[in-house]
Amino acid sequence: MSTFSLIIKQIINGLQLGSIFALVAVGYSMVYGIIRLLNFAHCDIIMVGAYIAWFFMANFANMPLIAVAASILGCTLLGVTIEKVAYKPLRSSPRISLLITAIGISYLLENTAQLMLGAAAKKVPGFFTVETIRIGQVTVSTASLVTIAVLAISMVLLTLLVQKTKLGRAMRAVSEDAETAQLMGTNINGTISFTFAVGSALAGIGSVLYCCAYPQVSPTMGSMLGLKAFVAAVLGGIGSIPGAMIGGFMIGLTEVFVSAIGLSTWKDAVVFLILIIILLVKPSGILGKTVSEKV
Amino acid sequence: MTRLVPTPSTGVIPERDLGKNPVLEVVRLGIDFGGLTAVDDFTITIGPTEICGLIGPNGAGKTTVFNLLTNVYQPTRGTILLNGVPTQGKSVYEVNKMGIARTFQNVRLFREMSVEDNVLIGLHNSMDYNIFESFCKMPRYFREEKKSHEKAMELLSIFNMEHLAEDKAGSLPYGVQRRLEILRALATDPSIILLDEPAAGMNPNETEALMQNIQKIRDTFRIAVMLIEHDMNLVMGICEGIAVLNYGRIIAKGTPDEIKANPQVIEAYLGNRRGESA
Amino acid sequence: MKKKFNLPVRQLATVGAFAFFLILGNFLMEKKVIGLYYTKVLMVAAINMILAVSLNIATGYLGQLPLGSAGFMAVGAYTSAIIMRKVTFVSPALAFPVCIIIGGLAAALCGFIIGVPALRLKGDYIAIITLGFAEIIRIVILNIDSALGITLTYGASNLKNIPKTTTFTNAFIWVFIVCYLVNALMKSRHGRAILSIRDNEIAAESCGINLTYYKTMAFIVYAFFTGIGGALYAGYLGILNPSGFSFAKSIDILVMVVLGGMGSMTGSVISAAVLTIVPEILHAFSDYRMIVYSLLLIVVMIFRPAGLMGNKEFSMDMLTGMFKKKTKGGQRKK
Repeated sequence: MSTFSLIIKQIINGLQLGSIFALVAVGYSMVYGIIRLLNFAHCDIIMVGAYIAWFFMANFANMPLIAVAASILGCTLLGVTIEKVAYKPLRSSPRISLLITAIGISYLLENTAQLMLGAAAKKVPGFFTVETIRIGQVTVSTASLVTIAVLAISMVLLTLLVQKTKLGRAMRAVSEDAETAQLMGTNINGTISFTFAVGSALAGIGSVLYCCAYPQVSPTMGSMLGLKAFVAAVLGGIGSIPGAMIGGFMIGLTEVFVSAIGLSTWKDAVVFLILIIILLVKPSGILGKTVSEKV
Repeated sequence: MTRLVPTPSTGVIPERDLGKNPVLEVVRLGIDFGGLTAVDDFTITIGPTEICGLIGPNGAGKTTVFNLLTNVYQPTRGTILLNGVPTQGKSVYEVNKMGIARTFQNVRLFREMSVEDNVLIGLHNSMDYNIFESFCKMPRYFREEKKSHEKAMELLSIFNMEHLAEDKAGSLPYGVQRRLEILRALATDPSIILLDEPAAGMNPNETEALMQNIQKIRDTFRIAVMLIEHDMNLVMGICEGIAVLNYGRIIAKGTPDEIKANPQVIEAYLGNRRGESA
Repeated sequence: MKKKFNLPVRQLATVGAFAFFLILGNFLMEKKVIGLYYTKVLMVAAINMILAVSLNIATGYLGQLPLGSAGFMAVGAYTSAIIMRKVTFVSPALAFPVCIIIGGLAAALCGFIIGVPALRLKGDYIAIITLGFAEIIRIVILNIDSALGITLTYGASNLKNIPKTTTFTNAFIWVFIVCYLVNALMKSRHGRAILSIRDNEIAAESCGINLTYYKTMAFIVYAFFTGIGGALYAGYLGILNPSGFSFAKSIDILVMVVLGGMGSMTGSVISAAVLTIVPEILHAFSDYRMIVYSLLLIVVMIFRPAGLMGNKEFSMDMLTGMFKKKTKGGQRKK
């Protein structure tokens, strides 16, 4: 294979990984936007989604769409339940309490999975019958193309949802000023739950796509993925949907190229270094707004 | 110190504190938020022992002026001279050290700390010992702490609050919290103190006592006071000079009597509120 | 006003009680009432106390949530262990205190490097940036040898043969030193400034408190003591592997602080002891330890956010207060 096609292949790999990060990052971003919480549990929702996908694929391998649907549904329910049970009682508490609760939930999901299913990774059967597609000189995996396409569609739909629908307007209003939105008759609890539902559903999609890219699941798979997706969200500008996408792609490409030049053991360190640099240079991220506190 | 004195004088009452250097000189101060001009062309001079009122309708930009004076917001235009020294580029804590102390519209106390500790935070920069002296419990640590404790009690006695010294600040009644906030500001040894609606939520008797206390504070500490207030009895009762702000601009300056008689002020402000302020 | 014991009496009483505790502990060990296994458990408890008390500075007093304890611990542990291995010309017992302090200083330096940028940010970002930093430290320790072609940390193959110099006595002496220093800090103007930042940043700044300076100071003190805890941990284990300093370690310490009550040093000490010793007594429980920890975090936050002690301190005044309440039937003089 020529250097050129090798580079193209790496770029596609990077975009694939980046798409997964982007889907997860949007979930972080939306939740952060609406209740100013870094939802640590988000990464473990992905883990649960992946386990659901694994379960259905292992048992009904000929019907991958059922696995996808179950995974999305499972994640959505889990996300909304977590919000109702753990975050809602703490809405008026200090932010630090909410954050600690989120860490607690994350830890709880991880360890419950470990206890129930064991710490060892489980192999997920392939989703696609045709594994690679040849375009000109370059051979790419079907999973890559599907992943990128799914991301594109999700982002378009999400943007339409947020910008054009009544629920989307409510979401924007609550994230701007929850108290005022409530006075204007917005159902805050419903809007927050809906945001969690959308974010978690995207995490569900992300988890399936992750299983396509790296066909194995383990209880701790979410933490590193989640952290990097969060870095992507911060990089793009937290609260911004296109920002999450740009951030996701940048992190995905960075990681693939750092690995490609033979430094794969350092790739996590590089991603965190990027985070630290971003927070130093422009804490609001590429597309984010700076919000100043009212005195 | 030689400085060009702009003519006509920018003082609220030009003849007060005549011949003394003003504590605060603000020249053409302004700030834009995005495209919106919140405060513009704000020019004022305050004498070293003057009580100056800043009044105006809601949203006129009064609190924004306080935030500009304390560098919470960096002004877009204009100069602030505090005792003749420009405060430009200084951070909030440095401006406090230079001599501006303030209270907040929505009381901002250290709610989890004791009343005395709140005042001791104000005295923080007047205490002189380093971290190693506190680790080793050197004599200077005890001496400075004792001195500050006495000073804090003395300050608390202004509002007869010594018996509350060990109470949690957050548990105090609202009016007492406001008074504590004033004491905390005084503890930082300012040359001018900015009070943002000190009488909010107080009944007429409490307001009456507050008026006397503000004058007492000015007389004992020999400092200038600038206050934002909606209570017209208080403003007209104790302020020697009043500036009226509307849409971010000063529309009138002068003594209480001049302000009361100013048709522009009546139209912009008092006219709408005559019923309340009677 | 409450009547307080005067300072020399209180200090003497505290030192006396502590000395008694050390002598009693050593006596019980000599008589084999406390076996070798529980001696080790007590040493771990002491190390956890130091770690919890230091995290409490950042979380309880400063009101920030760093998730990088494991990182600072690793720096302290590896620094002190590497020096301990090289220093053969003096007895390990003599070199150890110096190595502990060097380990603490190395961690404090890292705390400074990460604290200056991190503390410019608000709340959650500090959690994530410190978490990322701890992860970077772990990766560096894991890969530095192969990257530079040296043998320093031994990466994934353990750093072995560290002199096992941590004992029951010296571990608890360090607990005592750390607690004394933290207490002295919090009773000074510097400590008050740190507390005021937690309560209201804007007000603190308007009172002339230099936010950056005091936030960084609290953060460095936190890193320093965590490094000391790490160094003692190295001397206790005798063998180090980067996987021991993962995110899970940071969470363990956080649970102790939260349960003890954020802002209470004695609360941190008590809950560190409880959370170390109780799981060891209940062996069957070990599979569920992590699940119980995470449930504890959630339940404490929802139902008793103040934790065990709130932000109060356990003291002699508190004891005598309780005593008076009992004898006088709740009638306490005001």
